[in-house]
Amino acid sequence: MEAQPILRVYDLCKYFPISRGVWDTLTRKPRRYVRAVDGVSFVMQRGEILALVGESGSGKTTVGMNVLGLQRPTRGHILLDGYDVTEWAQGHGPTLETDGGKPPTLPQAQGKAGSELCLATLSWRRRVMLLRERAQMIFQDPYESLNPRQKVFDIVAEPVEIHHLARSREEKEERVRAALETCGLAPADHFWGRFPAELSGGQRQRVVIAGALVLEPKLLVADEPVSMLDVSIRAEILNLLHALRRERGITILYTTHDLATAGFFTDRMAVMYLGRIVELGPTAEVLSEPRHPYTRALISVVPVPNPRRRRKRTILQGEIPNPIDLPSGCRFHPRCPDAAPKCRETDPQLRPVAPGHEVACLA
Amino acid sequence: MAILDVRNLSVDYLTDDPLAGSGRGSIALHAVENVGFRLEQGRSLGLVGESGCGKTTVMMALLRLLPQEGRIVHGQVLFDGQDLLQYSEAEMRQVRWRGISMVFQGAMNALNPVRTIESQMVEALRLHSIIEQPRAARQRAGELLQLVGIPPRRGRQYPHQYSGGMRQRAVIAMALACNPRILIADEPTTALDVMIQAQILELLEQLQAELYLSLVMVTHDLGMVAEICDDVLVMYAGMVAEYASSDAIFNNPQHPYTQRLLEAFPDVEKPGSTLASIPGSPPRLDDLPPGCRFEPRCQCQWREAICAQKVPPLVEIEPGHCVACHWARRI
Repeated sequence: MEAQPILRVYDLCKYFPISRGVWDTLTRKPRRYVRAVDGVSFVMQRGEILALVGESGSGKTTVGMNVLGLQRPTRGHILLDGYDVTEWAQGHGPTLETDGGKPPTLPQAQGKAGSELCLATLSWRRRVMLLRERAQMIFQDPYESLNPRQKVFDIVAEPVEIHHLARSREEKEERVRAALETCGLAPADHFWGRFPAELSGGQRQRVVIAGALVLEPKLLVADEPVSMLDVSIRAEILNLLHALRRERGITILYTTHDLATAGFFTDRMAVMYLGRIVELGPTAEVLSEPRHPYTRALISVVPVPNPRRRRKRTILQGEIPNPIDLPSGCRFHPRCPDAAPKCRETDPQLRPVAPGHEVACLA
Repeated sequence: MAILDVRNLSVDYLTDDPLAGSGRGSIALHAVENVGFRLEQGRSLGLVGESGCGKTTVMMALLRLLPQEGRIVHGQVLFDGQDLLQYSEAEMRQVRWRGISMVFQGAMNALNPVRTIESQMVEALRLHSIIEQPRAARQRAGELLQLVGIPPRRGRQYPHQYSGGMRQRAVIAMALACNPRILIADEPTTALDVMIQAQILELLEQLQAELYLSLVMVTHDLGMVAEICDDVLVMYAGMVAEYASSDAIFNNPQHPYTQRLLEAFPDVEKPGSTLASIPGSPPRLDDLPPGCRFEPRCQCQWREAICAQKVPPLVEIEPGHCVACHWARRI
């Protein structure tokens, strides 16, 4: 099989409309949008771990939601395994909502020629199920994402039931057992009769991961999977994700604001700022030779566990501006320590600076 | 003389005895045992440990803010030479906020949503009778906001109009309202972004220098501690595992728990390195091991029978470096 990328995202945009007041509606004031994601493109190879890094408000979670078909993109295409996710989840092409009401031209989606499945002939429910079997999500907070009244077995077995993947009770147990034990909850029967409240934080997160794995997906979207966990347990969960990739070739999209954990186990890193990718490259290279001033600032503020190596921090003042009124030119220029006059006028695009390393900066 | 000197502090939580049935008989869980540390004026101490190891309980105990079930069994909390544990409740009220103030964990989410930031600060100032006149109190609230980097006019806004980082700043400003000599910050940056976290760290550093504050930082994030603390106290399951200067903790850790904790912490300057996790979880308080509390998870080569039998004493192995491990010097 030729190495077809598992995930291709082309020019993904997601705008959320802001509700208008009565007066604004009557006077036909143009609708305004929060541009959560504004033109993001990237490709993920099979078995790759990509970190999507950024502060809150940078749009990294929105990208994850769109990849899973949980939201309908305003524009752009997401091809999972060669199939268009938007079409998959919604049953028709994306509806275009733009400020002027004119549909922009779509970039030509590729890779659909070899599709064996004819999605159009399937019902909506069937299509969504096929999508869920391929891509699953791991949520941030294992204290909130598990139903406290369900036992571990029922939590992990629910997807199996919904997808009719087991013909008998034994088969179901087998699948649940395999998922739990893969996630380090062995022996499985020791854990599956328990309620989430009886488990520690790390164990809960393992249950969440088992619930995602039980369908044997090809892609996992892990949204800050360790930020709510203690430092001593973080390593366990990250090692587990790493092992899943090594042993099962699962592709992982890891969204986080923590560069240190991302640096530890991801292959490539995409740094997002205000709905755009500003730097994309191999993790070790991005961390050791960051090219974008935003990446440099982010790295400089990560605490280093050694008082002898206290560094000079480049602290950006304020926070990410709101994505409604975007700055002109480069989105980062109002906070950029190296901003030049041209940054106010030209919006930089990603350009290669080294093999596989792209940066959107004019400097 | 140290401004705060905590000696042999032990705290129990009383809980219903499951065997005796509810309401009949209770058992004491030893949440904190023999914890001690010294804090000089203008210095900073980091209190590190996993969740549930008793960090917050120690802080609550020294402010005498333990919940009803909590009992201070023994110990001394010397604030400026006076034992706070002997104070009456009325005297204690004079110490809280004026002497020692605390930014509680999650305080930024506990601001009153229907009142402006300024009015919440004014209330605190007047309750503690720092300033009686409303106008002067508002003036002071503005100064405090300025001190933490918030434009004073934004005091008239409501908490929902603030971002997370600004709410945390506002809460720190409130804690500084009565010019305390010690500021305790409990997990001040959890749930904040890296950049905002750095801003808060910078603020704490700057306040410490400007106001000559003593700072106690309670956190599970070793990186934060390395960035701003002079001394570090590592706690495990209610006891002190290691207590030393920040430099010694990070460059010459002696307790196996400290060593494992450091190995589990990812370092952005060394991407791709392996991360060790600490298998297992801390012991439950109702089921503490008889010997060293870390023994069931300890993988150190010197581990021997004594570790499982006897609680290791806290020994000063070099000046200012205390370790509670039977094999401290050998490791």
